[in-house]
Amino acid sequence: MPLSTRHLLGLDGMKREDIQLILDTAVSFREVLDRPIKKVPPLQGKTIANMFFENSTRTRLSFELAERRLSADVLGFSATGSSVSKGETLKDTARNIEAMKIDMVVMRHSAAGAPHYLAKVIESNVINAGDGGHEHPTQALLDMYTIREKLGRLEGLHVCIIGDISHSRVARSNIYGLKTMGARVSVCGPATMIPREIENLGVEVYHHIDDVLPRIDVLNVLRIQLERDAGRLFPSIREYHNFYGVTRQRLDKAGREITIMHPGPINRDVEISADVADSENSVILQQVLNGVAIRMAVLYLLATKN
Amino acid sequence: MRKLKASLIDEQAMERTIARLAHEILERNKGAGNIVIVGIRTRGEFVARRIASKIEEVEGVTLKIGTLDITLYRDDLLGKLEQPELKGTEILFDINGKDVILIDDVLYTGRTIRAALDELIDLGRPRSIQLAVLIDRGHRQLPIRADYVGKNVPTSSAESIRVHVREVDGEDAVLLMHPELPE
Repeated sequence: MPLSTRHLLGLDGMKREDIQLILDTAVSFREVLDRPIKKVPPLQGKTIANMFFENSTRTRLSFELAERRLSADVLGFSATGSSVSKGETLKDTARNIEAMKIDMVVMRHSAAGAPHYLAKVIESNVINAGDGGHEHPTQALLDMYTIREKLGRLEGLHVCIIGDISHSRVARSNIYGLKTMGARVSVCGPATMIPREIENLGVEVYHHIDDVLPRIDVLNVLRIQLERDAGRLFPSIREYHNFYGVTRQRLDKAGREITIMHPGPINRDVEISADVADSENSVILQQVLNGVAIRMAVLYLLATKN
Repeated sequence: MRKLKASLIDEQAMERTIARLAHEILERNKGAGNIVIVGIRTRGEFVARRIASKIEEVEGVTLKIGTLDITLYRDDLLGKLEQPELKGTEILFDINGKDVILIDDVLYTGRTIRAALDELIDLGRPRSIQLAVLIDRGHRQLPIRADYVGKNVPTSSAESIRVHVREVDGEDAVLLMHPELPE
């Protein structure tokens, strides 16, 4: 069964079979990453443009690596210093790049919906690498892959996402994907960080971390945007850590084996204590490695679909 | 629907063919000391296991067996109608310096073997790669030949060969099928 979609814009409304296919295909690419020569030829002759209108290091590197390991040709593009700063529209920028005969576009943009718009105005396959506070589908896919790798399944597991849910595209994509795959999903954070009516997505809401820990299998810890949010969404970094920081002591008290995830970059001893981040139950670095495999799977499946 | 034209190999003949291939491999390599077995997915994997267990039985050794999924190395990947499913390569041992016995069920155009050779060489530098196939049906499109052949079968390229193995199909047989009838 081929993928039923030409683009990867988000996990909202994505079919379970498509998610399953991406996760299963990524297993093969994960194996490639363990080889002495970590490169395979299936995308030879394909050209992929990485259009990053918003800063990103790890997602961009991960996509670039995935593209190169599939033998695709890679075009880099960032908004700073480009014609975007001269006032060119997104559509014109994309069409100009496409005129150079590219096959796929990977885009990060600060505006929610930008990749959806792009998919309508260009011929290439579009992959959303994060659009505003909306979705970050490949991050959620790699999170699901990592959970499945560690715990053997997704169905029936209880996953909690803790942090600033309101502004998090990672949280949204994870909620959509995990719900589709049959997991139970909770969110946890101060009321200022939980969007109203989020229960409508079928998730449970907790405001106290100690209430949710004894019930869950996986804790996905979101990064706190120190520079932006301290004093606005919570009184101080120290207070956030006291109330929501994931610490060894809290985990021990919960009395459960909980897999710890974080999309990075981590703020040690703010949302997660250093010893927890480095502990045996932490799969943070596996997430990074699996991210390359997941992106290879997505690129491969879109490129080989006619 | 394709119709059966002839049965080329039955249960007993399969047994004997596998045994002969195993002995030929042992004779050429002067024992099983340096050989590893790699089967090409899907049917080649089962033929590989059979040959390997025969060698193990004769020599009293345990062989390393791996499986190759050549999908990522196909030369028609970007033009294909149906998206091929990736089942994954599983070679959990070092092939450097080894004599790799590469095994497939049917040798036809040679394109699968070209892909397999490229993939194997990305995995290491074996001392040699030797090809064993259950059926060689001719019609090569690349300069490739097998070192060990179960049976040479002259075919027309409109016909097809079906290899059945107990593990998947419930029986051991090789069947020659008539060309597909126009609808």
